[in-house]
Amino acid sequence: MPSRPCPRPRPRCSQPRGGSTSQPALSFPSRAPGMMLKAFFPTCCASADSGLLVGRWVPEQSSAVVLAVVHFPFIPIQVKRLLAQVQQASRVGVTVLGTWCHHQQEPEEGLGHFLEGLSAIFTHEPWLQLCREKASRAWSCRATHHQVPATPGTPSEDQVMLIFYDQRKVLLSWLHPPAVLPDQQAGDATASAGGLAAVFDTVAQSEVLFCGDRYDEGPVRLSHWQSEGVEGSILVELAKWASGPLCLLLASLLSLVSAAGTCWLWRLWPLPFIGSKLSTCEQLRHRLEQLTLVFSTEKAQSPSELMRKANTLISVLMDVILGLLLLSWLHGNNRIGQLADALVPVADRVAEELQHLLQWLMGAPAGLKMNRALDQVLGRFFLYHIHLWISYIHLMSPFIERILWHVGLSACLGLTVALSILSDIVALLTFHIYCFYVYGARLYCLKIYGLSSLWRLFRGKKWNVLRQRVDSCSYDLDQLFIGTLLFTILVFLLPTTALYYLVFTLLRLLVVTVQGLIHLLVDLINSLPLYSLGLRLCRPYRLAAGVKFRVLEHKAGRPLCLLMQINPLPYSRVAHTYRLPSCGCPPKHSWGSLCRKLFFGELIYPWRQRGEKQD
Amino acid sequence: MEDEKSFTDLCGGRLALQRRYYSPYCREFCLSCPRLSLRSLTAVTCAVWLVAYGLFSLFENSMILSAAIFITLLGLLGYLHFVKIDQETLLIIGSLGIQMTSYYASGKESTTFIEMGKVKDIVINEAIYMKVIYYLCILLKDPVEPHRISQVVPVFQSAKPRLDCLIEVYRSCQEILAHQKATPTSP
Repeated sequence: MPSRPCPRPRPRCSQPRGGSTSQPALSFPSRAPGMMLKAFFPTCCASADSGLLVGRWVPEQSSAVVLAVVHFPFIPIQVKRLLAQVQQASRVGVTVLGTWCHHQQEPEEGLGHFLEGLSAIFTHEPWLQLCREKASRAWSCRATHHQVPATPGTPSEDQVMLIFYDQRKVLLSWLHPPAVLPDQQAGDATASAGGLAAVFDTVAQSEVLFCGDRYDEGPVRLSHWQSEGVEGSILVELAKWASGPLCLLLASLLSLVSAAGTCWLWRLWPLPFIGSKLSTCEQLRHRLEQLTLVFSTEKAQSPSELMRKANTLISVLMDVILGLLLLSWLHGNNRIGQLADALVPVADRVAEELQHLLQWLMGAPAGLKMNRALDQVLGRFFLYHIHLWISYIHLMSPFIERILWHVGLSACLGLTVALSILSDIVALLTFHIYCFYVYGARLYCLKIYGLSSLWRLFRGKKWNVLRQRVDSCSYDLDQLFIGTLLFTILVFLLPTTALYYLVFTLLRLLVVTVQGLIHLLVDLINSLPLYSLGLRLCRPYRLAAGVKFRVLEHKAGRPLCLLMQINPLPYSRVAHTYRLPSCGCPPKHSWGSLCRKLFFGELIYPWRQRGEKQD
Repeated sequence: MEDEKSFTDLCGGRLALQRRYYSPYCREFCLSCPRLSLRSLTAVTCAVWLVAYGLFSLFENSMILSAAIFITLLGLLGYLHFVKIDQETLLIIGSLGIQMTSYYASGKESTTFIEMGKVKDIVINEAIYMKVIYYLCILLKDPVEPHRISQVVPVFQSAKPRLDCLIEVYRSCQEILAHQKATPTSP
């Protein structure tokens, strides 16, 4: 059938013309108010030739989502067949929604009957008629109901609102539901999405409709965002083709490595104990898990899985690049030698400072008077330990440069591994501080428990282990005598022990702070979603938080034209939604429980590694 | 059609309210906040540089002056991009939703769109903050229980107009919402 120009558009909007008052009066029609119909129209079809509108009708929102335009000439049977195929493949209810005409000048009357005839062939309620004049670029649209008229004899009409959308961007974007409030369950969010999410879903699921372009010799000619030619890139196709065998190879390599890691050799004591304490082993295990996930041969099921894979891959690559940079910096200019030469004097210096500190404690620290005997015992005990430690360091000093050189090579596995090794080296070098802290804490803890128990005896009470409470108890005279004596001794020895405990706890906390900062940096590198942030920067329409509208045209007598654009997700939400899981849990202690533990002399473990049992 | 009126905000600054009626069911309200005053900008800059000169004369380190210049520049850029809002717009489209846009002094736009299905009502609320102030807010429906209110979204938070301006906006919005409630959205 040849294409014929459209009939003259007959605007049926019932707004008042003109109006010079500052506030126009309410202008709703006097008959039963019509429903507001929203027509979503793709911007790529705005310059297409006349034809049929094909899309989906969403009755709950009273909106028509136009997906494509079928051009004249066409055979109705073939159009219906194509739509049935699309409906079966995509499970989206795609139908003919109405007619579209794009005419040059004043149209003839003949086409009006032709278009009325079309509405009889493809029945749809309501039937949309969109028109656009090429010269004046003026839009007009009408929606008619042929069944169930409001007043008998006249077909009822609705007011129509035209909303333009960029089909390609809406197809590629992924709508994120708004942040769920804490008192709602996660399931409610999908129920309330509705509305505009239906538009996004319709376009995304109808991808099969956009497969063909206008160079295809099909029975039906369609116009949509890909009708100028399907996009493709040789590099992307090559990468997809090569990724299959590559993934297979890498997955098998990784399974070999993990099988070697679970070999029975590693179960011999003390290797598992050391392995659980060193953060390097934890970090390596974490990386191995991530790489296994990335190179697994199953396809990603959902977009979030795909993002996670991409984020992990980019994060690992960035890590390795930074590690290689660090490696080249370390191995150039004989920095390893300088570092090794500086290490032993630093350890010596630390030990010297500790000795000075102990001498100060053995004297009269801060003007306090200590118990001379206990002071000397504790001081000499710790001094002997420092002497032992210094001897070990000097024994190891010829091998330090070799060890450092080989350890520096591990930076090629990633910056996070190098930082974990640094944290472990700090822990090893300050091992004597850790030992002193444990001795001081145990001593102090014993003293506090002894004091509390004897204080209860002083008052004539006892701790009932069975009932977990304090009960009164009658003691013998000799029990009371010895108890009071011991209590007095412990009370007078308390300042000395407390002071040693305080000093070594502060030192330990300092070391823990340094290690904690390094771990924080490692966690940051592990969990930062670089791919998502890059996507948000370069293709902001891919990650959508919502939509925004802009009013395009608002002349009286013409329908309201709006442009729907994608509102991208803010960076903070991107980082929060897509952050990768990091190894190591956040510290579970609050400040209150930490202070309580410090006061009672219980040992504190600032971070827990996975699988570490209570010590 | 457009028209403009002048109001005052809570602090006494001048506000301009622009109303645009695109159609009976689509209206836009733009509130323009008072601009950045040159006087306060000069005062802050002079204060920062005086302090920097004082520190410089004390320590004789020229890094302090460079640092002061950097701080002033970065502070000004940060203020214009993240803090200073020039204009706030409320676009209400019947049967589609309500859109709130803030335009920052550096040109950045921040938009929020709420679908009409989630909007329960638009009301003027009272708050007591050293004195009684009024603000316009949008009440959102709870998806589980339609009669409960799940969230209150305040509008025009930076412009802070007074009650007379709020009443104008409130009346216009209620006209559209009343029509929205009168017609059922499903056939």
